[in-house]
Amino acid sequence: MTRFSAFSLFAKALGGHKDWPEQWPDAAPKPAYDAIIVGGGGHGLGAAYYLAKKYGITNVAVLEKGWIGGGNTGRNTTIIRSNYLYDESAHLYDHAVKLWDGLSQELNYNTMYSKRGVMMLAHNVHDIQSFKRHIHANRLNGVDNEWLTPEEARAYCPPLNISPDARYPVLGAALQRRGGTARHDTVAWGYARAAAALGVDIIQNCGVTGIRRGVDGAVEGVETTRGYISCKRVGVSAAGNSSVIMQMAGLDFPLESYPLQALVSEPVKPTFPCVVMSNTVHAYMSQSDKGELVIGAGTDQYVSYSQRGALHIVEHTLAAICEIFPIYRRMRMLRTWGGIVDVTPDRSPILGKTPVKGLYVNCGWGTGGFKATPGAGDLLAYTMAKDEPHWINAPYNLDRFRNGRLIDEAAAAAVAH
Amino acid sequence: MILIHCPYCDEKRAEIEFAYAGEAHISRPVDPSTYGDEEWERYLFIRANPKGRHHERWRHIHGCGRFFNAVRDTVTDKFETTYKAGEPRK
Amino acid sequence: MSGFRLPTGGRVDRSRPVRFSFDGVSYTGFAGDTLASALLANGVMLFGRSFKYHRPRGLLAAGSEEPNALVSVDRGPGRFTPNLRATNVEVHEGLKAVSQNRWPSLKTDFGAINDRLGMFFPAGFYNKTFMWPRSFWDKLYEPAIRKIAGLGDAPTEDDPDQYAATHAHCDLLIIGAGPAGIDAALEAAGTNRRVTVIDEQDEAGGSALADPSLWQWLERSMKALNDAPNVTILTRTTAFGYYHDNFIGAVQRLTDHLPDDGDAPREKLWRIRAGEVILAQGAIERPLVFAGNDTPGVMLSSAAKTFANRYGVAVGKSVALMATHDSGWHDVFALAKAGVGIAAIIDVRDTVDADLLKQAADLRITVKLSHSVIGVSGRYGVKTIEIAHNDGTGIRSIACDALLMAGGWTPSVHLWSHSKGTLKWCDDIGAYVPDQPNENVRCVGACAGACNFGQGAVIDVLPTPMDQSRIKAFVDFQNDVTAKDIKLAVREGFRSIEHIKRYTTNGMATDQGKTSNLNGLQIASTALAKPITDIGLTTFRPPYTPQTFGALAGHAKGALFQATRTTNIDSWAEEHSAVFELVAQWRRARYFPKAGEDMHAAVNRECVAVRSSVGIFDASTLGKIEVVGPDAAEFLNRMYTNPWKALEPGRCRYGLLLKEDGFITDDGVSARLAPDRFHLTTTTGGAARVLNMMEDYLQTEWPDLNVWLTSTTEQYAVIALQGPNARKLLEPLVEGIDLSAEAFPHMAIREGAICGIPTRLFRVSFTGELGFEINVPTAYGRALWERIMAEGDRYDITPYGTETMHVLRAEKGFIIVGQDTDGTVTPYDASLDWAVGKKKLDFVGKRSLARPDIVAAGRKQLVGLLTDDPNVVLEEGAQIVADPNQPIPMKMIGHVTSSYWSATLGRSIAMALVAGGQDKMGETLHIPMPGKTHTAKISGMVFYDPQGARLNV
Repeated sequence: MTRFSAFSLFAKALGGHKDWPEQWPDAAPKPAYDAIIVGGGGHGLGAAYYLAKKYGITNVAVLEKGWIGGGNTGRNTTIIRSNYLYDESAHLYDHAVKLWDGLSQELNYNTMYSKRGVMMLAHNVHDIQSFKRHIHANRLNGVDNEWLTPEEARAYCPPLNISPDARYPVLGAALQRRGGTARHDTVAWGYARAAAALGVDIIQNCGVTGIRRGVDGAVEGVETTRGYISCKRVGVSAAGNSSVIMQMAGLDFPLESYPLQALVSEPVKPTFPCVVMSNTVHAYMSQSDKGELVIGAGTDQYVSYSQRGALHIVEHTLAAICEIFPIYRRMRMLRTWGGIVDVTPDRSPILGKTPVKGLYVNCGWGTGGFKATPGAGDLLAYTMAKDEPHWINAPYNLDRFRNGRLIDEAAAAAVAH
Repeated sequence: MILIHCPYCDEKRAEIEFAYAGEAHISRPVDPSTYGDEEWERYLFIRANPKGRHHERWRHIHGCGRFFNAVRDTVTDKFETTYKAGEPRK
Repeated sequence: MSGFRLPTGGRVDRSRPVRFSFDGVSYTGFAGDTLASALLANGVMLFGRSFKYHRPRGLLAAGSEEPNALVSVDRGPGRFTPNLRATNVEVHEGLKAVSQNRWPSLKTDFGAINDRLGMFFPAGFYNKTFMWPRSFWDKLYEPAIRKIAGLGDAPTEDDPDQYAATHAHCDLLIIGAGPAGIDAALEAAGTNRRVTVIDEQDEAGGSALADPSLWQWLERSMKALNDAPNVTILTRTTAFGYYHDNFIGAVQRLTDHLPDDGDAPREKLWRIRAGEVILAQGAIERPLVFAGNDTPGVMLSSAAKTFANRYGVAVGKSVALMATHDSGWHDVFALAKAGVGIAAIIDVRDTVDADLLKQAADLRITVKLSHSVIGVSGRYGVKTIEIAHNDGTGIRSIACDALLMAGGWTPSVHLWSHSKGTLKWCDDIGAYVPDQPNENVRCVGACAGACNFGQGAVIDVLPTPMDQSRIKAFVDFQNDVTAKDIKLAVREGFRSIEHIKRYTTNGMATDQGKTSNLNGLQIASTALAKPITDIGLTTFRPPYTPQTFGALAGHAKGALFQATRTTNIDSWAEEHSAVFELVAQWRRARYFPKAGEDMHAAVNRECVAVRSSVGIFDASTLGKIEVVGPDAAEFLNRMYTNPWKALEPGRCRYGLLLKEDGFITDDGVSARLAPDRFHLTTTTGGAARVLNMMEDYLQTEWPDLNVWLTSTTEQYAVIALQGPNARKLLEPLVEGIDLSAEAFPHMAIREGAICGIPTRLFRVSFTGELGFEINVPTAYGRALWERIMAEGDRYDITPYGTETMHVLRAEKGFIIVGQDTDGTVTPYDASLDWAVGKKKLDFVGKRSLARPDIVAAGRKQLVGLLTDDPNVVLEEGAQIVADPNQPIPMKMIGHVTSSYWSATLGRSIAMALVAGGQDKMGETLHIPMPGKTHTAKISGMVFYDPQGARLNV
């Protein structure tokens, strides 16, 4: 692996950039691997990297049906935060945030993790109660999250409209300063390059069509569009397509896949210094390094794999943005797109073992998977390497849907009275 | 915004008149207490979530108010048919 | 100077000069000019700076595909718009445009240092550096990158303009009013179909506007269409997105082209549902890729023709053409005939049609076949071009002040692709064309691939004898993506066109690749040595061109963003200085401060008034559902945890509703009016959800039950009268109801009249005091309220709001669903065991209550909490620990759900969810707050009048 640095960039520039090597080789499937990851998004590539880096399992393949990072990794609004309410969630997401810090250096690939702060707006008394609950829980969990008055919120984000006459006035905000954004593509590419350097095969255009199980029920290998691959340890990290893959192993999952849209504005000079989220008004926004305002919309209401959403969702999202930030009414929407988010009944992920021996799963991240990328990769790798979950992902098992030990952040936050 | 045919009104109307109501043909047991934890989990949470033909429920909430069933392709989002609640699975 | 107004020609109105400014300099154009044509007529060639290298740029195109000439327009306070294409900005008197992405000026831009150092900033350079030292990223590198990036400035003030929106339906929607679209419209005009034609330009005609020979036809055709009663024509309207089931989004620009817009809306969103769609979007000419192709003055050949024929402006005095396609030749012939000097025609092809050669000869134009442009000199405008034979020999210079590029045509398949129609590769034109439709849609004219502009060669990069890794031959002009960037991406292992796009940012600029995608594909195809069809095509996504946030938000602004629901009594509260809070969609009075009172003083006063005399409260927002039918009791029995069948008519019951997962979702007091009729109440926020849930079970699980559900939330105004004097106050006003304790006990309902108004009178209490809730038809709400206020004067009646209601109910240990429960709380967790019918075989959620974790010990349970220091009011949401001295992360065992100062008790009270709380009565727990840890003891939840003595009077 050619080390990236200002020096290497300078040296290669003098040579007309003609001898940059491939960032990762275009591998063809081998007949067998020690471990296979199904799904070449950030999570799956991260899992492959950590398997090789931390657990010494280097005979690993990542199977991606399209191009790596082409699913939700490359389609999301890249918000990173960990100010979740429940201990289980705070541990999970903070594990990821800690890995984000320093990831560029670890991967030798600039993932552009920008600690711009994530500010969540409170618009009614119920929001205030809920945010205070989060802030106090976060403080005792060692996760930064602080309360801001409306004036402090506007000082942190000057475009914010804090007029008390607004339809949904801002009554305050919760700010996580370590929260922020990263550059989505580079996370996938950085993991792919670093994993490949450790011996991992990154295999694109290789869709999984079946999971072969032996007489004992354990996984023996996977059928793919590029032939059968033998492997006794398969981790599925396929986001919106998780139900489809798990059904190949005979497992029905508590998942539904919904279209989620996002959009960006035309690029402008720096105008928006942080990430702002409003659950009550249904809007969230940040500004990318390139200058685009990056805006997340809501999910469409029905199950779909079409990666295509409806206009009224975008209309509502932009109306919400214009309410909170009226100075942006004349900004223009440049591009919209859709992803497929896999949602569990408690809107928390499933990350761990499955009833099938040798089959592991990382799914159900819904609309919030990007922020967890390094953590999910690391924990899936741990679980596959040890054949048991790490204490952080142990609560995110499948059993909780049977025994009722759900981890329902949304229920805890979003009930109006 | 998809168009949906309400089998009660016998009209195709815009999606914003309707509320999606999840997978269809998941019947509540007559006596849930006879269900083991696993069966109950299946009833509550396990969903087909297929890539392709999907049986689902909609409610014409801003119309006649009725719940009905539909078969829709989840890849193209196109409806194959809609039919009244209580009619057999299509 | 190049560029000038031709003595004749064009569709501009030479009798109407228009003054405008660009970067503070005044210019004159004509009505009908765009900013681009008017500036060009004034000899301005430099329009902007590119995104990355800040290179000086002129016009590439004449239409909405323009990537370079982006300007900001300032229409006064709050009316600043960045990133507008000069080719789409119509000039009007007083128009003020400024250039962008430059400092200090367009001509002298310090950012252009990036261009000098360009070799160090290839595609994806930022992935490879700015990592050391680590702390520099946040503080130094990233802010610097951001400052250099971005195009125009964002607006800084609220936009005073209004935006409109509408729905439209038609049998046939034609998108694009060029010759093909107009033909389709003419054909449909004679039918009885409702036809809508939309076009993004200020005038219908499309490519015909640049072809004077078609103007007569155009005028005739437009007259016919305008006269046809079934045809609607929308100009300045962009169909930006094609959604499911022939749903098209379009935005019409209404006032930006006017000097003074009065109060008219600026733009209008059209949501169009069409029976059939005809796409006639035309085709976009492709630039050619060679060193210097971004110099101001190098532009598309078709653009030069448009400037000359439509606007009467020559793009230069001596114009050269670089062609790989016949269409450029025709354009140049047209220019020559319009009086523009032609320096030369250079064509990469070895042979072209003899007729072209003959026409060139007739016009005495120098022709160089088998040649390519290999360089352009001049930084702010073309001075000379350098050409060479394709074999690299014969390098020579040609003086000229503009260079046209004719690289062939790309059909505009954007909307077709939004609709999920498939595409097929067409070798003849080197482009993708529509194949199989996915909706009731067809393409006509050039966007269908029927480009009748002659022959051409498809070529990725023009031949050059120079080292291709050293030259800047641009593919995506705005984003500064060069051919070598695409080759670098391929070299570095990016093989999918999506990867190449993302690595190089090719096609991701504000023009979304209209002029760059196909060239990028060709270059990638060559670099990968794979057929173009093997490397995929990036997805076309809405919008076709950028669209204003305000237009998409439409009318949904301020009060219209979402309706605020108010009660009939709300206006009284407003007149009496109430402070409001938002609860779900409702606005509710929170408290009624008297002069000088803050919330606490007001609430304390209101609480004492209720407990000592009588208070009045607007409870109209509570959800109400009328449940009627012979099986009504059976239905409620199945829905709620409580038993309902034995409830006698005239009596009320507290009902607790679970979701099927066993967690509390709603509650409320409901009354049985008759054996087959119930009046249900729900929480304010839960009304719609509960009705939907009940309808779901009724219609789909138990269709055999004979029950009707009707929402009556807005049918009744509800006035709660609470306090020891409530009965005395009410008695003289009520007719037909015996209010005595014996005849009308707590938790009963009677029907009668109050002040002559029919009423459903509940004797219920959410305060612990003797209380009534008076339901009257909504329209009488305020009148009755005022009458009771007047009658209550002798009891010093006190209006109170939701905050006092919260305190009073907390003193009695009544829960609020959504505050004391949070969607993870069972009836047992909430100490509501008494509300669960033990003998009931089934109700919604019952089975879930038997799940292992729900019956396990240690669940969080709702308890009372009394601080050791009675003056400390805990913060709602504060976390509770057993051991305050443990290190972080602490083991938290619960949190405070409700907490108030109780004026009645003279101390603070709180409710909390605590793990195993019901077994911890009397135990001391700790609440660590920043700077101080509070202590509190677990108690029962009823802090006041535990025997209920005040209630049963």
